Amino acid sequence: MTDKMRVVVVGNGMVGHKFIEAAVASGAGLDITAFCEEPRIAYDRVHLTEFFSGRGAAALSLVEPGFYERHGVRVLVGDAAVTIDRAAKTVTARSGAVVPYDKLVLATGSYPFVPPIPGNDRDHCFVYRTIEDLEAIAAAGAAARVGVVIGGGLLGLEAAKALKDLRLQTHVVEFAPRLMAVQVDAGGGAVLREKIEALGVQVHTGKNTQAIEAGEDRRHCLRFADGSAIETDLVLFSAGIRPRDQLARECGIAVGERGGIVIDDHCRTSDSDIYAIGECALWGGRIFGLVAPGYRMATVAADHLAGGNETFTGADMSTKLKLMGVDVASIGDAQGTTPGAREFTYVDGVNGIYKKIVVDADRRQLLGAVLVGDAADYGNLLQFKLNELALPEHPDALILPRRDGAGLPGLGIGALPDSAQICSCHNVTKGQLCGAVGGGATTLAELKSCTKAGTGCGGCAALVGQVLNGELEKLGLEVCTDLCEHFGHTRQELYHLVRVHQIKSFQELHARHGRNSGGCEICKPAVASILASCWNEHVLGRRHAGLQDTNDRFLGNLQKNGTYSIVPRIAGGEITPDKLIALGVVAKKYDLYTKITGGQRIDLFGARVEQLPVIWRELIDAGFETGHAYGKAVRTVKSCVGSTWCRYGVDDSVGLALDIEHRYKGLRAPHKLKFAVSGCTRECAEAQSKDVGVIATERGWNLYVCGNGGMKPRHADLFATDLDRDTLIRYVDRFLMFYVRTADRLQRTASWLDNLEGGLDDLRAVIIEDSLGIGAQLEEEMAAVIASYQCEWKTAIEDPVKLRQFRPFINSDRADEQVVFVREREQIRPARADELEGVPA
Amino acid sequence: MTASPVKIPPAAARRWIDICALDDLPPDAGVAALLDLGERSSRQIALFRIGEGDEVHAVDNLDPCSGANVLGRGILCQIQGEPAGASPIYKQHFRLRDGRCVEDEGVIIAVFPARVRDGRVEVGVAEG
Ligand code: SRM
Ligand SMILES: Cc1cc2nc3c(=O)[nH]c(=O)nc-3n(C[C@H](O)[C@H](O)[C@H](O)COP(=O)(O)OP(=O)(O)OC[C@H]3O[C@@H](n4cnc5c(N)ncnc54)[C@H](O)[C@@H]3O)c2cc1C
Ligand code: SF4
Ligand code: FES
Repeated sequence: MTDKMRVVVVGNGMVGHKFIEAAVASGAGLDITAFCEEPRIAYDRVHLTEFFSGRGAAALSLVEPGFYERHGVRVLVGDAAVTIDRAAKTVTARSGAVVPYDKLVLATGSYPFVPPIPGNDRDHCFVYRTIEDLEAIAAAGAAARVGVVIGGGLLGLEAAKALKDLRLQTHVVEFAPRLMAVQVDAGGGAVLREKIEALGVQVHTGKNTQAIEAGEDRRHCLRFADGSAIETDLVLFSAGIRPRDQLARECGIAVGERGGIVIDDHCRTSDSDIYAIGECALWGGRIFGLVAPGYRMATVAADHLAGGNETFTGADMSTKLKLMGVDVASIGDAQGTTPGAREFTYVDGVNGIYKKIVVDADRRQLLGAVLVGDAADYGNLLQFKLNELALPEHPDALILPRRDGAGLPGLGIGALPDSAQICSCHNVTKGQLCGAVGGGATTLAELKSCTKAGTGCGGCAALVGQVLNGELEKLGLEVCTDLCEHFGHTRQELYHLVRVHQIKSFQELHARHGRNSGGCEICKPAVASILASCWNEHVLGRRHAGLQDTNDRFLGNLQKNGTYSIVPRIAGGEITPDKLIALGVVAKKYDLYTKITGGQRIDLFGARVEQLPVIWRELIDAGFETGHAYGKAVRTVKSCVGSTWCRYGVDDSVGLALDIEHRYKGLRAPHKLKFAVSGCTRECAEAQSKDVGVIATERGWNLYVCGNGGMKPRHADLFATDLDRDTLIRYVDRFLMFYVRTADRLQRTASWLDNLEGGLDDLRAVIIEDSLGIGAQLEEEMAAVIASYQCEWKTAIEDPVKLRQFRPFINSDRADEQVVFVREREQIRPARADELEGVPA
Repeated sequence: MTASPVKIPPAAARRWIDICALDDLPPDAGVAALLDLGERSSRQIALFRIGEGDEVHAVDNLDPCSGANVLGRGILCQIQGEPAGASPIYKQHFRLRDGRCVEDEGVIIAVFPARVRDGRVEVGVAEG
């Protein structure tokens, strides 16, 4: 036996685990045993709902593998503590084991409250707290169509999201007259309700459920006091939580009138050898149903055990969440119940935004706030509240939209004291952030990883960024344009070095111009792309394969379940019936999901890595070649049918589209490139939304450049008019090569032009007037790319070394059996997480 | 009365499983491999080879953030001297030495000991 202090922890939930981490870190050399009633060790309950969106149980774990073993912590998994003998100082387990303690920590959490409604114990009535609950809900959900959540609070809405994810017709039933009655006021509740209903969840407020009975069409029928009823297949209770204080109660430890184990500022219960932390603990007459206060209690208790003197002094219960994609935030006195409190409200009925601030009678201080639909102001408002900052003269300015680009009144980040807490999840102050920046954390990622700020709920990210920028400015540091930690150059500089010094591999470039060893997912693909633009060697060559993003490395587009899609080139969108049939035959043979893309071609989805070569062999035999859908490369040239058929067409748009596509196919660039050719001004090919667009006129072709669809659409600019074909091609050659030379990585032509000094006029000067004298060079470089074109798939299937890269495993030809499809609308689709039950792990 | 949920074997209790020749591994890149655990059970792992030498790392092939078996198809990175694999799906980095996700401390993947003996790559698993 040891003479170390024996500490027993009951409950291995979020807070119990945090306590063990803190106790181990304190270096007090404790002998720790933990009871873990659930069948698995501590996991992230806050992100429980992600279990439905594909994160499995393992991903939710909070415990670093081997952590308990390394520190000699015994965890009794699946065993609950059933009695405490305070005289003998032992805990007895359900398994019969008796564990002695010197100090005992109760971290038993809470249980979901199920209202005493007759019928609440019927089959398919659930609660929402553990992974087992979720598994049961998923199993029942598979055969259900309708689900009802009883309780419209924060957790109830989370649960409703889960039912939506299970594709149930979802209802939320709430007793109070509005949703989230605790955190949100009437106005906010109304906006929230509208938004939630717009997502297809039916909300019933002011409903008092009186009975759950057998239904006629569905399993259950919920009867309400007002005489109405809903039929449903499953019921989920989310009507609040109750502290699990039974163990403490039974051994005579003080508990609150309405439950909860009473603790002092050191988290000690009425027995000074027993602590209580987390949701089972009652401090100052309150239960804290959030994880951050629980974590704080865990730290305090561990510190006190080790002889320290930290105290728990309550916690701010402000919250910011995204419920079904709707931002909701609540700060302090959200209901405005403080005597003399005044309110300012802003409502945007068009976009569904509600903001309210509650201020004191003198309008000096912020007391509380409610934000629904747009919670961007949360961080700032919280700082006003927590630091009791003086409000600006017109406090409403804090929530009014700032349309003229004016900054936020009153509060620059500089106004905050160093003691201001910026990240409440990890208790990080402004002073700590500034210290970390001074200590060398000069990027957001570094700052996050060394302070942990912003890695919890993420609500503080904007503020963390502001602190970072403010500090960098103070330190006189400029925003860094280095590609990454391995190259102190911009992409443009690297391109130049590669060209001028004829560099042919990443290793060579890194050895001559890089820094720090190795590379990363930023510089490797960027350099691979530069090398391909310059020398056009096969991307799967031994020197290049490891540099490629997965899509380029497997010459296909990676899908969410690890399979790939296949997009053969269909130049200009023109395809013969025979080729169409060939595509159908291959898709059918390999059971691939087939879809017409937005780029006028056909995508075949669901091929496993090892199937790619065989499928491509058949496609190539049928006359297809790769479509480069996977590459930052020329994608499609969209065409309209043009003068050949169309009664308005003034020129052969399909013919030109085919020529352009075959000319530039295979060109790798900083980002993807899309083209279109329209046969007349009606513009059916949407050329003005492409990187390069061409429209036929009576006198020739009009050339448009730098258009973009996608995330930030931009209309293309008219670049030159009435061009003959040769001039058009010459301009496009130069334009493309100039873009390849000078753009940043992953910069489309649209944002490239927007950032180009001199803008469109200078671009015209370079391309049309050859103001830099590089016109001929650009054309030569393009000619070299065109001359070295190869169908990457054809080369790959003819080369046994490259083919080996498509084996599923380096040491086996077995297929990945965890790839599972289900059928929908007569085709395959990836199985969702909830459909994967029973698949071998 | 100890029930340990996760086993990291002490060096003595390890069994080394032969995977492939070192030359089969492309330099500075990852691949997937199948770890044969006997009795028809196996586990997918990702192997990363640093440079052209014999430093090899083995971690789970399952990407916890997407649920797909793809980590071996990600790019090998060096983040401040620490080798890491980037998930090809949502691009999180997993440190190869301790399995930690750089973007989310709470997420960890399993790490297996790996070594090179006589030109063969071997991965260690717990005995029994
Ligand atoms: C398949 C397709 C959707 C469809 O079913 O129709 C598609 C699918 C994807 N698009 Fe797209 N885009 C498709 C047409 C488009 C279009 C329409 C078009 O090309 O006319 C656009 C808007 C036009 C544009 O690009 O300006 C488009 C704008 C994007 C963007 C936003 C780009 C931007 O500059 O904002 C991305 C994200 C990116 O590239 O970073 C994207 C990214 C993607 C990715 C690569 C997302 C990903 O990483 O998985 C998808 C790959 C799926 C796959 O396996 O093939 N996709 N995507 C279309 C393939 C066209 C083709 O035949 O190659
Ligand atoms: C779906 C959901 C979403 C949430 N979202 C958020 C959020 O966004 N933000 C936030 O701050 N909080 C959120 N919470 C609340 C948060 O999860 C809790 O505050 C936190 O888990 C409390 O930790 P705890 O350790 O006190 O309790 P728990 O995590 O419940 O752990 C207690 C553990 O003790 C075990 N136990 C109890 N009695 C015994 C016994 N006698 N013997 C052995 N073991 C025992 C229980 O089985 C349980 O595993 C959410 C909760 C849920 C369910
Ligand atoms: S729009 Fe989004 S979801 Fe649709 S294909 Fe493009 S990237 Fe994928
Ligand atoms: S406040 Fe939640 S991550 Fe910082």
